[in-house]
Amino acid sequence: MDALTVDRIQFAFTLVFHYLFPQLTMGLALLIVIFKTVALRTGKEHYNRAARFWARIFAVNFAMGVVTGIPMEFQFGTNWAGFSKAAGGVLGQTLAMEGIFSFFLESSFLGLFLFGERRLGPIAHWLSAFLVFLGSWLSGFFIIATNAWMQHPVGYQITPTGQIDLVSLWSLLTNPWLRWQYPHNMTASVITASVVMAATGAFYLLSNIHLDYARTFLRTGVIAGAIASCLMMYPLGDSQGRNVAQYQPVTFAAMEGLFHTERGAPLAILGQPDMQAQTLDNPLIVPNVLSFLTYRRWKAKVKGLDAFPRSEWPDNVPLLYYAYHNMVGLGTFFIAILLIAALALWPGWLYESRLLLWALMLLAPFPYIATTFGWMTAELGRQPWLIYGLMRTSQGASPSVSEGNALFTLIGFVGMYGVLSVLFLFLIYFEVQRGPAREAPFNGPVRNPN
Amino acid sequence: MVLFWFWAVAAMLTIYAVLDGFDIGAGIVHLFVARNDTERRLVLRSIGPVWDGNEVWLIAAGGTLFMAFPTLYASSFSGFYLPLSLVLWLLILRGIAIEFRSKIASPVWSPFWDVVFASASAGLAGFYGVAIGNVVRGVPLDQSGFFFLTLWTDFRVGGRVGILDWFTILVGLATFFAMAAHGSLWVALKTDGELETRCRQAANLLWWPVLLFTVLIPIVSPMVQPHLLDRIAHHPWGYIFPAFALAGLAGMRYFNRAQSAIQAFIASSLYVLGIATSTTFGLCPYVLPSTIDSRFSLSIANAAAPPSAQRIGFFWFIPGIILAFVYLRFGYRGFAGKVDVEGQGY
Repeated sequence: MDALTVDRIQFAFTLVFHYLFPQLTMGLALLIVIFKTVALRTGKEHYNRAARFWARIFAVNFAMGVVTGIPMEFQFGTNWAGFSKAAGGVLGQTLAMEGIFSFFLESSFLGLFLFGERRLGPIAHWLSAFLVFLGSWLSGFFIIATNAWMQHPVGYQITPTGQIDLVSLWSLLTNPWLRWQYPHNMTASVITASVVMAATGAFYLLSNIHLDYARTFLRTGVIAGAIASCLMMYPLGDSQGRNVAQYQPVTFAAMEGLFHTERGAPLAILGQPDMQAQTLDNPLIVPNVLSFLTYRRWKAKVKGLDAFPRSEWPDNVPLLYYAYHNMVGLGTFFIAILLIAALALWPGWLYESRLLLWALMLLAPFPYIATTFGWMTAELGRQPWLIYGLMRTSQGASPSVSEGNALFTLIGFVGMYGVLSVLFLFLIYFEVQRGPAREAPFNGPVRNPN
Repeated sequence: MVLFWFWAVAAMLTIYAVLDGFDIGAGIVHLFVARNDTERRLVLRSIGPVWDGNEVWLIAAGGTLFMAFPTLYASSFSGFYLPLSLVLWLLILRGIAIEFRSKIASPVWSPFWDVVFASASAGLAGFYGVAIGNVVRGVPLDQSGFFFLTLWTDFRVGGRVGILDWFTILVGLATFFAMAAHGSLWVALKTDGELETRCRQAANLLWWPVLLFTVLIPIVSPMVQPHLLDRIAHHPWGYIFPAFALAGLAGMRYFNRAQSAIQAFIASSLYVLGIATSTTFGLCPYVLPSTIDSRFSLSIANAAAPPSAQRIGFFWFIPGIILAFVYLRFGYRGFAGKVDVEGQGY
């Protein structure tokens, strides 16, 4: 392994781990605002308690998101100095804006939201929940704007010293790539939060505990999740895919496993890319569908990998292909399960059906997996570029950091995040078991659940 | 324009030092001033709703530095690779300790996190000081614009330097004691009873080492970085910054003994502000001096972002930072007064 490889593994590892937490908190912030709104309008304490329970889960995840997020910003400098030096004038903007516009908002009002309920009164408390939601969605926006620029750079010029100068903030914030990537990503985060909420409800019903809340969580999670996963397929996933086809056609060909340019290109559902023979082994394909989905014409020409020089191909085509297919496959699966669950909700069957409850409970980890595969698609698809068309990944790493030093910190991060995961899961299980009904007593130490 | 960004980043880092300084300081004295579970909860509650907002100043300052001085960001972060990674791990452990500690009442869970919280806070304070010491002393920047420092070499300030040498260790100790005193005064301000008394005593005791280092470091610094003397000789108005620090130092002692908690905390904030601005003033226009040759030093001019990026940043930065102060005011106002163990919280 050389230093570049270690830098890449470390960034990928710390980023995937980090994003396990914000994807829940961003979606959950929305669902908490929904509970707070219902509580405000109906005056039912039930929904306030539900909001308080999810606020506790939110707080633990938020803390994990904050502490694992700081290394992401730092690593641009520590491991990717070549990249930072060249692109800081552009990407520093969105990162600084995230800190200044969203983190200050989020952190100031999160403190009030978590600990100020009695002091604030219902309306101000609702507002603080809303501002936490706004802050977290804004921070998502700035991060996606950063990534979108790396996928599709706009509004810049190159200076004589080789640095990249920003000439239009407006272009940076209205990047055509961002227009679909942002809602795509945020809807994914709503799916994660909805499925986690529904799974918690299912777990309560199957364990026969906290039954009132179980129904509320199931209902809210299933309905929000069903809506979000349908939106995810159309228009969001569809448009994001066509964005890739337009701006990164070689990435698109690799994602779809299309080796050869074709009129009436087929959609590959299953199959393994064979890089030697340049074919898809064991293909399960639907003729003409890829052409139709991409260009809305059954016989349209779709460029395959053979239309591009090999030096432009993503450096790991099979992994990219699998990441993309797993994301799409899981997304389709979510639509199926959540729609069935939503239909079973109306006659009230859902609360009785052990099969559906089990399915929903076991669904909990899968949105996280799908989101991770989605980001792998975006990041592997951008290769071999760090900034698409402008800077190769190999040019971005820190020239002064050796392989040995990079490996030292990679091992450190793996060890630390491993320990944190165990403690985190333990704590979350404890909070879920304790549930919404039994709140921490207002005076004295927290009681043990047993 | 570039001077604006220099002082903007310096101001944000100074605010970070004042604000996160007190919650890190609270962590350093945590095990000593708080003797039982209730008192330790109180210490955590005194910083609970604000610590992560305080850390946002670091993130925002980092982002602004990235935007306005990308060359400095790239060079210093990759050159200080190892100590920065340690700082990141300490920040992670400390944040998690604060948030996890009081979630489960158990004789093994909470004391474990208390120790993690205290040691991570102590380590952070020390490393921040060492980092300042490194920036003042300078680093082996060559014509490539990059460098790499090992954690230590022979602990001397010349030749092949490491992160740790006698000078940077001194600055590290100074920062450690200053933050500990600053944090004690904060906890004293936010609590009452025995805990408050012990915090006052701690601040009184910690004042002596702070005084010692405040005298010692200005004496040895010019030996390590001669530019400091040059700078003050040409701009005598710069004496105002150390004067702030000395006024703050005197105020810490006076008001703490007079039991005026708010004034004492303001005085120690003034001290931190005075020290931070003195350092910034002393180094200007350098942002990272080279120990090899001053031609290779990074200065405000050669480390800055291209012109258009600087200009564009200016337009959103001003309204953004005003908004940030508004939020900050809300956050702290909702958290006014002494903390107690009632209600939800840490």
